[in-house]
Amino acid sequence: MMLLRVIISLIVMVIIWQCITWLTDTPHYILPSPLRVISSLWVNHLLLLEHLSITVLEICLGLVFGTVFGFISALSLMWSSTIRRWLLPLLVISQAIPVFAIAPLLVLWLGYGVTSKVAMATLIIYFPVAATLYDGLRRTNIGWLELAKTMGASPFSVLLHIRLPAAMPAMSSGLRVAAAVAPIGAVVGEWVGASSGLGYLMLHANGRMETDLMFAALFTLAVISLFIYFTIDFILRRAITWQPDSLLTDFEELK
Amino acid sequence: MIKKQAIDFSSSGSIKLQDAYFRYGNSILFENINFDLSYGKISCLLGVSGIGKSTLLRLFAGLVSPMAPTKIFGVTEPPAYMGQNDLLLPWLNVLQNTLLGPRLRRKKQDITRALELLKMVGLSEHVDKKPRHLSGGMRQRVAIARTLIEDSPLVLLDEPFASIDSLNRHKLQTLIAKVLSKKTVLLVTHDPLEALRLGHRIFIMEGIPAKIRELKITLGDNIPRNTSRADVLLAQADLLKSLAPDNNQ
Repeated sequence: MMLLRVIISLIVMVIIWQCITWLTDTPHYILPSPLRVISSLWVNHLLLLEHLSITVLEICLGLVFGTVFGFISALSLMWSSTIRRWLLPLLVISQAIPVFAIAPLLVLWLGYGVTSKVAMATLIIYFPVAATLYDGLRRTNIGWLELAKTMGASPFSVLLHIRLPAAMPAMSSGLRVAAAVAPIGAVVGEWVGASSGLGYLMLHANGRMETDLMFAALFTLAVISLFIYFTIDFILRRAITWQPDSLLTDFEELK
Repeated sequence: MIKKQAIDFSSSGSIKLQDAYFRYGNSILFENINFDLSYGKISCLLGVSGIGKSTLLRLFAGLVSPMAPTKIFGVTEPPAYMGQNDLLLPWLNVLQNTLLGPRLRRKKQDITRALELLKMVGLSEHVDKKPRHLSGGMRQRVAIARTLIEDSPLVLLDEPFASIDSLNRHKLQTLIAKVLSKKTVLLVTHDPLEALRLGHRIFIMEGIPAKIRELKITLGDNIPRNTSRADVLLAQADLLKSLAPDNNQ
């Protein structure tokens, strides 16, 4: 039902868009008609795929590094009060600097290649993962911790078997946010300076008034972003079943 | 776990709390409390909410540090502890929850024994289920099995049935009396009938700061007692009167 609604509203939007281009006779380099965009998608599909693969690589590597660093930070924040005192303010301050503002610096330091874009994506993903996991680790049910204490569990054992699993639902929210913002990091990096990637392609097409190609790249980016988000959401739902979505699951069971 | 200087592990004899003292900030919760548990018997500690009975139990469990001059004798190994909530871990199934202790200590998990215990508490059919698919009574049964697998001679129960409906509570009391018949048990409760049903000995905690006195009962050692017995009901009426003297019924 939901999919059908989405498809219908998309089709209606495309029809309105097509009508606007017909009725107003807008030049195609200002607003290309959907048909032009579709034909551009078809003609340029190899070019789009080539740049897409670069962007996807940047996003995926960013997700992996961001998650790993976020995980390590959250664990060390929880583990040591010294680290907490020194690292936590830095973490908060670092978020006051827009990642977009330091994108030119990253390109300057790390070059025009994939590395600077991966660094951008990593930076953007790191914070939601670290913050939500740290929050989850702090909010473990006291009863569970006390029970573990009476059972003679070591701190490591408590972390592994109780704190971490208990923090997973919180961290999965962070990962979902990360998955949604990861493409922004990669594309901004490509805008600032790159020789490949969808962001680069969009900028390039824009500069040459190939607006239809720009729209085609935009469409590709949207599709892949949605795909990454829903894949991660699906994996998380499958892996972390102990905090069911009360908006979906319970309601459907009630019906 | 437990502060070593306050607990004399070598001491034989009964399990004893001596000169127990505890305060929160400036208010003294209890002082000069001397209290002992009989081996192999169920001792019920009865009192109104907030009187400090849970804190007393948590002293035995090693969950609060004893304040001087509190001394604890006769606790030779970490006791098994069960609280008001079942505290089942939602990501583990019934069998894994039962084996939580060995899992946390990274010891061998005796699955045969766990299955035996689950059979004893009537959950053989549900070993693979996650806690969210169980009723409140069933969850508490898993908690009982998890407590029993600890195989500790001392079992501490902190109002284990407070959140269970009365019908299920009755069943669980019968079960507890059966499965804990050889253990030294401290059961904290605010329900006089529960104490009369399960307690070989009944202690009452009252006053500010709280004191403990033992209730002399002559109801026999056949646990669980039948709560429709006239002498049990009479004892309940007396107990209610002494716990809430202002309530003239």
